[in-house]
Amino acid sequence: MARVVVLGGGVAGHTTATFAAKWLGSQHEVVVVTPNSKWNWIPSNIWVGVGQMTKDEVTFDLAPVYQKAGIGFKQAKAVSINPEGNEGSNKPFVTIEYTGMGKTGQTENVEYDYLVNATGPKLNFAATPGLGDANGLGEFTVSVCTADHAVHANDELQKSIEKMKKGQRQKFLIGTGHGMCTCQGAAFEYIFNIEHELRKAGVRDMADMKWISNESFLGDFGMGGLHMKVGGYVVSSKLFAESLFAERGVDWLIGAHVNKVEAGKVHYELLDGSMGEEDFDFSMLIPPFAGVGLKAYNKTGEDITATVFAPNGFMKVDADYTPKPYAEWKASDWPRTYQNPSYKNMFAAGIAFAPPHIISKPMSSVNGTPINPTPPRTGMPSGIIGKAVAHSVCDLIQKGDKAHLHEASMAEMGAACVASAGKGVFSGTAAAMTVYPVVPDFEKYPGTGRDTDYTFGEIGLAGHWIKHILHYLFIYKAKLNPGWTLIPE
Amino acid sequence: MEKKVVHEELNFQRDDKMNLTMIPGKFARSMRTCLIWQFIRFVIINIKMIVVVGKSH
Repeated sequence: MARVVVLGGGVAGHTTATFAAKWLGSQHEVVVVTPNSKWNWIPSNIWVGVGQMTKDEVTFDLAPVYQKAGIGFKQAKAVSINPEGNEGSNKPFVTIEYTGMGKTGQTENVEYDYLVNATGPKLNFAATPGLGDANGLGEFTVSVCTADHAVHANDELQKSIEKMKKGQRQKFLIGTGHGMCTCQGAAFEYIFNIEHELRKAGVRDMADMKWISNESFLGDFGMGGLHMKVGGYVVSSKLFAESLFAERGVDWLIGAHVNKVEAGKVHYELLDGSMGEEDFDFSMLIPPFAGVGLKAYNKTGEDITATVFAPNGFMKVDADYTPKPYAEWKASDWPRTYQNPSYKNMFAAGIAFAPPHIISKPMSSVNGTPINPTPPRTGMPSGIIGKAVAHSVCDLIQKGDKAHLHEASMAEMGAACVASAGKGVFSGTAAAMTVYPVVPDFEKYPGTGRDTDYTFGEIGLAGHWIKHILHYLFIYKAKLNPGWTLIPE
Repeated sequence: MEKKVVHEELNFQRDDKMNLTMIPGKFARSMRTCLIWQFIRFVIINIKMIVVVGKSH
């Protein structure tokens, strides 16, 4: 009997674990190690953050689902990996520290035959003074990265709305809290949901709204922007995004590295090297992501973290990490199998894998501060990668070490993104976008780097309906209800 | 002099950045919430997304 240990129970980890358990059956063991007791459909946190959904509507308990699927569940965080075992045993193991199940603080070594690192990111609030610290979110801004954060964000939003109803103007500042952030899409969606809610509450005219972001142009989204067919033209997402901001009367500040947050004020540096300040009454700033800080040790106890992980803490996989200038970046630099090059029984899926480089054009301020979005690896790509990794691990177990590894390159996969602006079935509108492929391939698609037949975006109620459907469909799938395997990632 | 105010054009005057963008007019906005048109778009977008999902697996 082989044991597969999956670190993380988010989109990538949950997908990997559930498919591995299904394909391996009871002959082998699948164990999930995750510090959270609940699964969270993160895209809908936006609706929690504006009071349109409750925390319970976007989360569910993992334990009964894993029990139903025959998956072992340990509510714990992984601390370190010993891929060669230790001096007493050749069996590789992960050291975990429990965060629940009545064992909080206890540690345990969990042996594995195959390890899938799908921990997701550490929300690195501490990277920006005042944004937070090692314990998480700070006191001056809010976040929608977790369901609890989103509940808190809505509490603060409602306070601002009450103030506006009493005649007090409020300044909303939404965006990214550091020059190296990703997930601009979540902040983009949140600002337009707030704008919609303020209109509904009849206080939009009492609000000044501003976007602050590390993108070098609006609509970069960490993917270097995209070109799409609109009204017979092929246009840049810059025009698409700027039009939306102008239509809704939302000001923007881009190419900004937020370097300090205080009560009611952020300090920032721009690409031209200038420094500035922006006041706010309500601010949601996405933190930068980092690896969760896993350590790795060899058989003699020597620290091999730098061998297994990139400097940013994400796990090295089969990507081309050779440093090279932007002009030489290729789609083929991106990983295909997500297998660790040093230890073939280790894989990384979702945000946990180290990308070879960013997707957007690298930018630095004249002072040398890097200000550019890091690559998004959430949602659909996470799920697809998780499933491919599960397939590979199952084949390695069932067919032997020579089994063909399954591939899921982000340079060959697309992503669908629906950014709502409100939640109503008949009111509000959403931006529905697809991009294919996520990582542009200028050799295959000279010009835009993407297939413009499958890269498109439009605004309308249809996007709302799709977002509603995705919400219920993916929670249904994640709960492993009948027919769950028929729903694509 | 009687003013001709076109609501959707007012934001152009907010600042220079907004002045250089495109803002949808009344017809484009109404199509975004037109149930018949949006149902058609819903079907088309879903088909496109399914194709993209299919090409990605």
